[in-house]
Amino acid sequence: MKNLRHILIVTALVIIATVGLRFVFRYIFSLPRAASAEAQPIDTMFNIHFWMIAFLFSLIMVFMLYSAFVFRKQPEDETDGPHIHSNTPLEIGWTIVPVFVVIGFGIYGAVVLNEITRPDPNEMVVEVTGKQWVWSFGYPNEEKNVTSAELVLPVDQPVVLKMNSVDVLHSFWVPEFRVKQDLVPGRETTLRITPTQLGDYKVRCAEICGTNHSVMLADVRVLSAEDYQAWMEEKLAAPAFGEMTPEERGDFWHSAEGFGCVACHSTDGSAGVGPTWQGLYLHEVELSDGSTVTVDDEYIHNSIMDPNSQIVAGFTENLMPQDYSDQFAAKEAEILASEGVEIDIVADLIAFIKTLE
Amino acid sequence: MRKLGILLTSAYVRGFIGQVIGSAIGMAFIYSLRSLRGLETTWLSDPVVAFGALVGVLGFLLGAGVLTDWIKWIFGLPTPMHHGAPEGKPEWSRYFNVDYNHKVIGIQYGVTSIAVLLVGGLFAIIFRIELAQPGLQWLDFTTYNTLFSAHGIVMIASILLGVGAMVNYLVPLMIGAPDMAFPRLNAFSYWVTIPSVILILSGMVIGGWDTGWVGYSTLSLRAPIGVVLFLLGFWINGFSSIAGSINLIATVITMRAPGMSLFRMPIFVWGAIAASIIQMTATQTVGVALTMTVAERAIGLDFFDPIGGGNPILYQHLFWFYSHPVVYVFVLPGLGIISELLPVFTRKPLFGYRWIALSSIGIALVGFLVWAHHMFTSGMADALRVPFMFSTMLVAIPTGVKFFSWVATMWGGKMRFDTPMLFVLGAISIFLIGGVTGPILGTIPTDLHLHDSYWVVGHFHATMFGGFVFPFFAAIYYWYPKISGHMYKESLGKLHFWLMLPAFWVMSIGQMSVGLMGMRRRIADYDPALGIAGTQLLITLAALVIGWSVLIMIYNLISSTRTAPVASKNPWNSRSPEWQIDGPIPEFNYAQPFQVVGEPYDYGLADSQYVDMTPAPMPSGD
Repeated sequence: MKNLRHILIVTALVIIATVGLRFVFRYIFSLPRAASAEAQPIDTMFNIHFWMIAFLFSLIMVFMLYSAFVFRKQPEDETDGPHIHSNTPLEIGWTIVPVFVVIGFGIYGAVVLNEITRPDPNEMVVEVTGKQWVWSFGYPNEEKNVTSAELVLPVDQPVVLKMNSVDVLHSFWVPEFRVKQDLVPGRETTLRITPTQLGDYKVRCAEICGTNHSVMLADVRVLSAEDYQAWMEEKLAAPAFGEMTPEERGDFWHSAEGFGCVACHSTDGSAGVGPTWQGLYLHEVELSDGSTVTVDDEYIHNSIMDPNSQIVAGFTENLMPQDYSDQFAAKEAEILASEGVEIDIVADLIAFIKTLE
Repeated sequence: MRKLGILLTSAYVRGFIGQVIGSAIGMAFIYSLRSLRGLETTWLSDPVVAFGALVGVLGFLLGAGVLTDWIKWIFGLPTPMHHGAPEGKPEWSRYFNVDYNHKVIGIQYGVTSIAVLLVGGLFAIIFRIELAQPGLQWLDFTTYNTLFSAHGIVMIASILLGVGAMVNYLVPLMIGAPDMAFPRLNAFSYWVTIPSVILILSGMVIGGWDTGWVGYSTLSLRAPIGVVLFLLGFWINGFSSIAGSINLIATVITMRAPGMSLFRMPIFVWGAIAASIIQMTATQTVGVALTMTVAERAIGLDFFDPIGGGNPILYQHLFWFYSHPVVYVFVLPGLGIISELLPVFTRKPLFGYRWIALSSIGIALVGFLVWAHHMFTSGMADALRVPFMFSTMLVAIPTGVKFFSWVATMWGGKMRFDTPMLFVLGAISIFLIGGVTGPILGTIPTDLHLHDSYWVVGHFHATMFGGFVFPFFAAIYYWYPKISGHMYKESLGKLHFWLMLPAFWVMSIGQMSVGLMGMRRRIADYDPALGIAGTQLLITLAALVIGWSVLIMIYNLISSTRTAPVASKNPWNSRSPEWQIDGPIPEFNYAQPFQVVGEPYDYGLADSQYVDMTPAPMPSGD
């Protein structure tokens, strides 16, 4: 009878603790605001999980603390406790009941997963490319492919992100959208998102990808349908490569939309993984083998095409991709096919570097 | 002077010199080979460093003398088993040299574990201070990346050493064996970890690496040269796990005292067995993954880089097939310590002994079926993700059994709150935090938000502290009187506990909180716009408190050997056999084999007995 009274008190305490803890979780376990259609079912699931966490934690802790305070050894009492070593129905019970709970959670998880990954017939395709340590986004279009260093999306429009990495693993995560997907070199991965809230967010690379992983970020803007259309038209109206000056093209190639040189080479003198481009041209630099060299056209050409041949003192070899000659040739061929003009990307970059006094 | 001489000629120093010489020979060999072929080569290139590292490990083992007996066997020379200190040297010098006694090896494991724990903890403190505020204050990206990568693998090395310490010291004592089944293999298992840790730490010096402890391809193929030493150090550590687990399993199967059926073993032995099964069968796959990465870097084989036709996801499968189960290697012995100590301090039988014993085996087996939950965002097909979600959730069942059984053991028990018991209760509360925050990572939709966030960091630090660190400290305080012959200082022990427990709660829950808000793993700097700077500062302060509290324990353990009162034979009034004999425990443990005559945890049952220390001689069978 006495045991029954203890059990009743503990049950009441477990209920109080569960509710109290769930209340506390509102302050210590808060999620960023939900900005995608996927976030709704996921946040509901978070809520149910938080209730479960509050309950299980309270259940064990209340029993433990109650035992510690109520049954603790009294002074002078050197006798042992009661000799209770098992209770088979109880043990079977606390094995079987959790089986059903976890299977229930599994089914629930599968249902929600199905809901948030279901393709939509109207979905818009955005190509996401990750490379150390920049993001770029491509919008396949009938007339012309648009590239952008920021991810701009129309609100309430289902989007499928087709993602590729050119070097190492990256992971696409916008916390407000709740979903995450790795970018894997050598294969395309997909992620489906329907943004529901206008606003500015950030893509944050969530998979360690080397030196500058911490700052591998890109802006995300969710716009109204009209604003998105205006942005797209502006992008489409951007001058063709043939109409730009070599300096302008060089600036473009340097950016995340181009070849992402900006990830390592600043243009304002600030330190990076690679030497800054500011004031580089016609200056002497010391190489890792102790020799010095003047930065002229030939040196820049060599450093891009065969980066390991002349490493500047204080910088690391093997960090810079060694396939730029292939990448440039592919891009030059693409421009030749679409615009009919021949471009020399290295020359563009040299022209751009010359402007950085 | 004589002391210094003994230290300078100890196996640690000889081994280190051997490793330096071995590395030099190995590097020179490949360097000259490549030069002779006319290849342009540098000293810090992959093939040179990799081969040097391997020959260096051999050099350590030869220098320390771990292989001496086995080499003698090859030449048919006698190798009498030597026990006690080497002739003419003091007893303490045993601990600095290759010794075959399981208790000496256990102490070596334990002291090395704590030393390595301090190194790994120091790394954590350094980068936690960096994270206290947004912006980069005193580290750059490269240093930060190397530090967190090294923190991970160094702590894993420390935990494996700590598990080795508990298992080596306790299991032969608990089952009534004079030593482990293969004493030379046992010494090898310990000594091979030293060059492994040296390799990992040298990797930080020769250029560091930025892959984290997971070493995912293709980043590991592009990482600085330090990654080669990290991969090989990790790989060498695997030899210790495999050899140690075979030894432990052989010992428990063949060397139990008369009358000790499997279900009459002390419960800790079940945890040790379950952990050993995992170590024996899973370590090989991570070995393969690490070898393949080194081979891809050093000799240009294509396994993982898609440019050469490889597949980076393959690495993740091979890696996690070991590295998920291995977390159960870290926690199962610790959970065994909790189950072992609870009955002693509640004066009640362990509730549901068989169910707890089998739940350890259950966790070990289910642990093999869940590895791909680390890859829920890797681009696996849903047809694979969903089954792995179900298998992952199943881990909750045997884990739940342990919690419920512990609670039932405590219910109605006459609890005493000595320091070991405080650490056991703390361990339960922290492992509970780790446990209840797991299912939310197991269900894929919520994991898509939490994957690679600080929620995961908080979750696994809670499982490691609750499943290993706190139980390990409980075990240290609990068996300290038997090991040293002295009582530790109770007041300092309690101070250690009351600093460390709340600090850990703050740290772990803080980490989960910032993870939900969008804090990514493995970043040196975070966006103040996330609104997490205050919590980050709190986490750093908590980490500092944890660091200081561990130093208090170390001071307590060292100073108590001189000043504190001499411990009685059985200060905890335990039924376990090791407490029935006077300390210090003799070389071969028990003067005569004891006989198991009852259940191990029948506290509260009048006139019951677990072991008969002086059984009548068995009637001869023939």
